[in-house]
Parts: sequence; structure tokens; C-alpha cells
Amino acid sequence: MKPRDATRRSFLGTGALAGAAWTACSAPEAEAPAETDQPSSLGTPVSRYGQRSPYEKAARGVRESQTPEAASSRTPLDQTYGIITPSALHFERHHAGVPEIDPATHKLLVHGLVDRPMAFSVDDIKRLPSVSRVHFVECSGNSGGEWSPAGAPTVALSHGLASCSEWTGVPLRILLEEAGIQPEAKWILAEGADACLMQRSATLEKALEEGLVAYGQNGEAIRPEQGYPMRLILPGWEGNTNVKWLRRIKLTAGPQYVKDETSKYTELMEDGTAWIFTFEMDAKSVITAPSGGHAIDGPGFLEISGLAWSGRGKITQAEVSTDGGQTWTEAELQTPVYSKAFTRFRLPWEWDGSETVLLSRCRDESGYLQPGRAELIEERGRKSAYHCNRIKGWRIAADGSVTNAEA
Amino acid sequence: MLKPSLLSVSILLGLGAAVVSAQSYGVGRPASAEEVAAWDVTIGPEGHELPEGSGTAKDGAQVYEVRCKECHGEEGVGGDHAALIGNPEQLKETPPVKTVGSYWPYATTLFDYTRRAMPFEEPGTLTADQVYAVTAYVLYLNGLVGEDDVLDRESLPQVVMPNRDGFVRDPR
Ligand code: HEC
Repeated sequence: MKPRDATRRSFLGTGALAGAAWTACSAPEAEAPAETDQPSSLGTPVSRYGQRSPYEKAARGVRESQTPEAASSRTPLDQTYGIITPSALHFERHHAGVPEIDPATHKLLVHGLVDRPMAFSVDDIKRLPSVSRVHFVECSGNSGGEWSPAGAPTVALSHGLASCSEWTGVPLRILLEEAGIQPEAKWILAEGADACLMQRSATLEKALEEGLVAYGQNGEAIRPEQGYPMRLILPGWEGNTNVKWLRRIKLTAGPQYVKDETSKYTELMEDGTAWIFTFEMDAKSVITAPSGGHAIDGPGFLEISGLAWSGRGKITQAEVSTDGGQTWTEAELQTPVYSKAFTRFRLPWEWDGSETVLLSRCRDESGYLQPGRAELIEERGRKSAYHCNRIKGWRIAADGSVTNAEA
Repeated sequence: MLKPSLLSVSILLGLGAAVVSAQSYGVGRPASAEEVAAWDVTIGPEGHELPEGSGTAKDGAQVYEVRCKECHGEEGVGGDHAALIGNPEQLKETPPVKTVGSYWPYATTLFDYTRRAMPFEEPGTLTADQVYAVTAYVLYLNGLVGEDDVLDRESLPQVVMPNRDGFVRDPR
């Protein structure tokens, strides 16, 4: 009897007892049953930080850019399951690159219209009462290409600037109350520790109701690309307000009209006026499987699955059309349904092999129903560029190939 | 370990150390006036927070030449990155042209953003005088200030941007 793997032997140790036990468990080779497909060698040993299977290749979509530090990468939504986006696949939108921050030196300053300006270290923040909440974060530029009838060819390109995580942190209210909120304070200004000191204004009301200073994402520390060591989460509000690498909160009487809430992230209407402080993300859904770029391997059973979310609360209904919008069928919602979070919907389907268009639409607890492109344009015109939440369709060809369906 | 302020409150409430519903957790430390001043770079639309310093478009042309032109183009247009020149009429074009001159409601925002975020690869490296000057130059190219007008903490907030009244609160 020969040892099958020298590494394994040294790993177990050379103690007489261990060696004896191992020998006892190993059958002589001659007696091994033939053709069982049982691995005849051991797998890799335990490790300190897990890696995905080498067969799995899901990756964020990154476009060539002259300034890759002021750019975005997209979540391959069709290669994620359930409602949680793996942290490594969470979309990115940075304006000045990802800073490397040592948590030992990071501080969060709370000042402005407060009784006592305060500084909190990462350790301070972690000793305060914490909560964990599942929320999506969506760039308000997500689906910008869907304003055009053509639309993007894959779900990563059309909807991949949205992701969903379990965020853990301290309610912002606690930090603000530690500093003592003065009655004139009505807004906050949040600032990141990236090279451009990214800033956004938000209402104090939102900050107190739902604001979260998060340091955890999906059970571990927030990834650098998502704001390590801490970021602001304003559930349901446009991604840019969820300031990453959060280092400063200033309480103010009014908004500051910073660049990213005037030049950017405002909605231009046809008459030349623009909507400002369009914080809430409207309800939106998209079918992720099957979706653009997929190939269905012949007729038969196929589960249709997708994601729905709303910045106004819980998704109450998701409907799917398998005939280009003539009829709609209610899809099953994965429970529990969280407020302002991705909600997975699923519908069993028997594909008969003929060409068709799949669509989805959703409704949230405010009663809002996801609009089609024509309705959205009737309300907003064609110049907004942001906040496009129109119904998206996928065309299934007879050969099973899936492509974008024009709206 | 609880800090004294917390302990005394919980004892008062008769809760021992079990539950703390006090106003203050006593966590964190007071921030000094100096550290707040060092970080408080935000400039609101009234410009109260603007720093000392000044500059004219004439001075700013040189700053622009060396620090901005390679990306934003000769005289603020035609570069690889955002055009900085325009007027609100261009918002009606398809696609609309959104620039400092056509779209931005406040001149203070230009100072604030340039000071903390530009030049793109070397943010935060301009002096206050340089930021006033290059701000004046961009506003001058937009026809909003004269070449020799001095911009400082008093005069910059007085500049009325053409699209000042172009924004309405989210009506959704
Ligand atoms: C290396 C290239 C580069 C240089 C040099 C540069 N910029 Fe920029 N600028 C950019 C990029 C990239 C952006 C967009 C950043 C983003 O995505 O947030 C930008 C954005 C801006 C904007 C916002 C435009 C808008 O309408 O939203 C202004 C204003 C601006 N720059 C001014 C300046 C000034 C003034 C200088 C010189 C002091 C300068 N820039 C130097 C690359 C550059």
C-alpha cells in the first residue's frame, strides 16, 4: 500500500496514531471497485479565504475608458442567483478612483448645525448599536440606453448599474444625535474620502428615517470599491447619494448645489427646465433569464426569472408576458420580500419553440406600476438621460437565441 | 466598557447595564475647531464658506493653459472631456448641451468643484488664488464676467448664472 499523496500525509502529521488511523481507512488498491467515478485522490486542503470554482467566470462589465478612475462597471445580473449580488460583482461608479484607506486612521466627522462637532473612528462606529438591512443600490444613470427604442443587448448593459447587498452598520440618526441636531438643520452634506471628495446633499428627514453608515456588506467588511471602510446607505435613493468612503457629514439649512446634484444627476425636461433632487428610484423590473446573449437549447420547460425593485418600498407584484405584452401572468415573488431591495420573481414556462417577446413589469407598495417607454417619455420627454425604468423586452428567436426587443 | 455618562444614565433608569436608551452613548470624541475647519471645504450657493484670495480671468488664462487645456480644450471646448462653455438655449438642442455656462445654477459650485476635484489627476493642488482665477476665466469664456473683474469671496456669489432659475424640485 503506497501513500496516494505525500502532501496529505505531511498535512495530517507523522504521529504514529494518525498514520495508523489513515492506513486503516485505506483499502488495498486491488480491492478498489472499478468504474465508480469516485475521486481516487484527495481534494485541496482547507484554506483561509475561499475562491470560486475555476469554472465560474462571471465578471463585471467594464468598458474601455480614457479615465478608468471616473468610470463604471456593471453587474452581470444574469449570472447572479437569488437577490444578493456577490460583493465582488457589485457594480461600480467612481469619480476619482478607489482610495486605499487604512481603517485605523479613518474618521467620520459630524459637524455643521450641531451642538458639538464629533469625530468617530471606525472602532467607535462599530461599538454602537448596529442593524443589518437588505437594500439595492442603483445608479440613476442605470438603463440610460433604454430611453432609446433600441435598448441594450444584454441585461448587464441595460440594468447592470444596480446591485443588492445586506448592509450592516449604524443608523445615521445615532451619530447625528450624538452630535446634537440643531433645529435649523434640514439637510445633510455627505462627503467621501476619494480624490475628488465626492459630495452629495440629502434631506435630514431621510438621514434620520433610514440613513445607515454601513461597514458590512454581505457578511464581511465592505469592499474597497463599495466604500471601505464605511459608506452611506440611503435606501432606495439614487446610487450617487450613497456616498462611499464616507468621511464627513455636515448638517446644513439647505442643499449645497454641488456639482453632482446640479451638472449631473438632474433630469432635463423638454421645456429646458430640469428636475433637481430626484432622489427616489422608481419601481423597475427586468427578466434576467433568459436574457440578451443567451441561447435556449431547444423547446420545452424553462423557468423565467428576473429581478424587481423600488425605491418606494416593497415590490408587491411582478408580471411576465410571454407574448410581447398581449397577456400578462403574475410571477411568484421570492420571500421574504424586503423593502427597497431586489425581489426575485419566477415563472415556470413551456417554450413551444416559436419566436416571441418576453416582458416583465412590476408594482410597488405605493401602487406605482412600472411604465412602458411611451408612457415614460410622455411624462419626462427624451432629454432626461437618468431614471429610465421602462419595461424591457427580450426577443426569443426560433433558434433559441435571445436578443434585445425594440420597445 | 461603558463610559461614565452611559453608566449613570442606565443606573438612573434602573436598567443596570442591560439596556441603554439614553440620549448619548458617549462614543466618539468632540472634534476640534481646527480639524473641522481643515475639512469643511463645502461651498454653498451663498458662498459664505469661500476662502480668502482672489483672481481675474486674465490670471486664470495661464492657469487654464497649464492645468486644464489638455483635457477641456482650447477656450473650454473641443477637448476630450466636458465642454465648459455654452448657454441655456443649447439645452433645447437634441442632444442637449449641458455645460457650466448653459446649465449650472451657481458660480460657487464651479469654485467648489474645481478646488476639490480638478485637475482630474491632481485634485486639491490649486491655491485659492488659482481657483478664483481659473473660475473667473471659465466664467469669462462664458461671457459672464469681464476679463479684469476680480473674483473673491464677495464678488463670486454675485455672479448670476444664466440657468439660475432653470431647476424645479422633483415633482414626482
Ligand atoms: C486629465 C484630464 C483633466 C484635466 C487636466 C482637467 N480636467 Fe476637468 N474633468 C475631467 C474629467 C474626466 C471630468 C469628469 C469627472 C467625473 O466623471 O466626475 C472633468 C470635469 C470637470 C468639470 C465638470 C464639467 C461638468 O459640466 O460637469 C469642470 C467644471 C472641470 N472639469 C474643470 C476643470 C478645470 C477648471 C481644470 C483645470 C484646473 C480641469 N478641469 C482639468 C478631466 C480633466
